[in-house]
Amino acid sequence: MALERKLLKGNEIIGEAAIRAGCGLFFGYPITPSTEVVEYLSAQFPKRGGTVLQAEDEIGAIYMCYGAACTGNRVMTASSSPGVSLKQEGISYAAAVELPMVIVNVNRCGPGLGGLGPAQSDYFQSTRGGGHGDYRTIVLAPSKAQELYDFTMDAFDLADKHRNPVILHTDGFLGQTMEPVWLKPRPEQPELDRSWVVDGAKGREKRVLASYSLTNEIGEANNLKWEEKYKHIEETEQRWESFHAEDAEYLIVSYGTTGRISKSTVLNARAQGIKLGLIRPITLWPFPKKAFEPILDNLKGIVTVELNTGQMIEDVQLATKCKKPVYLYRRQGGMLPTEHEILDFVVDTFNLTNEEA
Amino acid sequence: MMDKVVIAGFGGQGVMFLGKVLAYAGMDADLELCWIPSYGPEMRGGTANCSVILSDEEIHSPVIDLADAAIVMNMPAYEKFAPKVRPGGVLIVNASLAKVENPRKDITVVYVNATDLANELGAPNIGNMICLGALLPHLKLVDNSKIEKVMAKLTGKRPEMLAINIAAIEKGMSL
Repeated sequence: MALERKLLKGNEIIGEAAIRAGCGLFFGYPITPSTEVVEYLSAQFPKRGGTVLQAEDEIGAIYMCYGAACTGNRVMTASSSPGVSLKQEGISYAAAVELPMVIVNVNRCGPGLGGLGPAQSDYFQSTRGGGHGDYRTIVLAPSKAQELYDFTMDAFDLADKHRNPVILHTDGFLGQTMEPVWLKPRPEQPELDRSWVVDGAKGREKRVLASYSLTNEIGEANNLKWEEKYKHIEETEQRWESFHAEDAEYLIVSYGTTGRISKSTVLNARAQGIKLGLIRPITLWPFPKKAFEPILDNLKGIVTVELNTGQMIEDVQLATKCKKPVYLYRRQGGMLPTEHEILDFVVDTFNLTNEEA
Repeated sequence: MMDKVVIAGFGGQGVMFLGKVLAYAGMDADLELCWIPSYGPEMRGGTANCSVILSDEEIHSPVIDLADAAIVMNMPAYEKFAPKVRPGGVLIVNASLAKVENPRKDITVVYVNATDLANELGAPNIGNMICLGALLPHLKLVDNSKIEKVMAKLTGKRPEMLAINIAAIEKGMSL
């Protein structure tokens, strides 16, 4: 059957991909600029099988996800920055009980109530666990409509594969923009271990899913087990796009909306002979450290382009062990840079000649 | 090849819908495209704008700093977006509501009395489609034949709106 190409808003695409990934449960509390996710699912689930429940608040919603995940069902919630902050306790519990679930954060600019414009202010929150305790969530950063679709599907698969919460880290610009998307079928699913699922103990040993360690010894054993899992994920799940980076002398590192804008910057720079490349992280955690190893020697300098005060730049410095200078170009408060403004910064920073200007 | 278009006016003037007509025309032509609304805590009667990028290759940056064409439906929209048209580009001005003095000389400015003409057509809200008609001859990637098919789809739930929309687009094209 021919693939269907549809024009949808980014947030609607997340909803459509979730349905096609076999997610039948959504619990949430609406907040701009993420609301179209719940709006879309509210319209679609009654027709296509599935349940949307608006919780009393974000904390209620994340614990409904927790309960649904315990029963082995694919489940999703979506919110925006202040709402995601409220969910953090539940995400920490889900990490401790190793529950697969997908949490969409359509970033606001912050702090506090913040604004609705595109931002990447929650990079630290997404990549450092976010809630209390020493845990990690897998974080995927789409940059366009098709990736919103593909990565939402991937998010469910990664959550199941590693029994871990997965964050889809996006922004209101991607959420509100309409672009064509190919509605691909769900990928083939490998057989999953379901021996932990709590779905009625009739005729078998009872199972317990609880975040509780009776002794310090058990506590440490649990931490070591989770640490091993996070290390395994770091080793096996790093994803990135390399765009003209192989022979680059200067490198932009940027993800999401700014990663996409930076591609135009790279093409403009190449057109005038500047050897600029881009590493676009797709997994923000695990951060794609492997992307830098083969190209680092050739580089004269790196610029991270971010919509915050400089958060990912720390991971770039760690990944490159500070062997090359790393500079920050950022916009904040909901503002986006143009491709030309980024190139101007690159040119100024490295004392190059901009024939574009 | 790309068409980068910005459309701006008051909320209620059909700015978003105009953009959607272009976007669906791009879909129909198998183009790459972005339809980007201004979004935020804006109220009805406030300013509204959206941008549409049509392209025959992948669109990387969706941020328009200089547009190939702009439609401005009122005076605030003119003041804000006339400077954002690239030299050599096209500006469609709803001259019923925007009284322009000292227009830019390095762009093509097309004056359309869209609100007055819409009233003459008996549909005060159709000024957006008159402006669209005036824009179409200046676009590289879509033309009127594609727009008609798309309009039939977009007015599917209210087929009585098809004829008046098409009439308005043709009016705009004839100016």
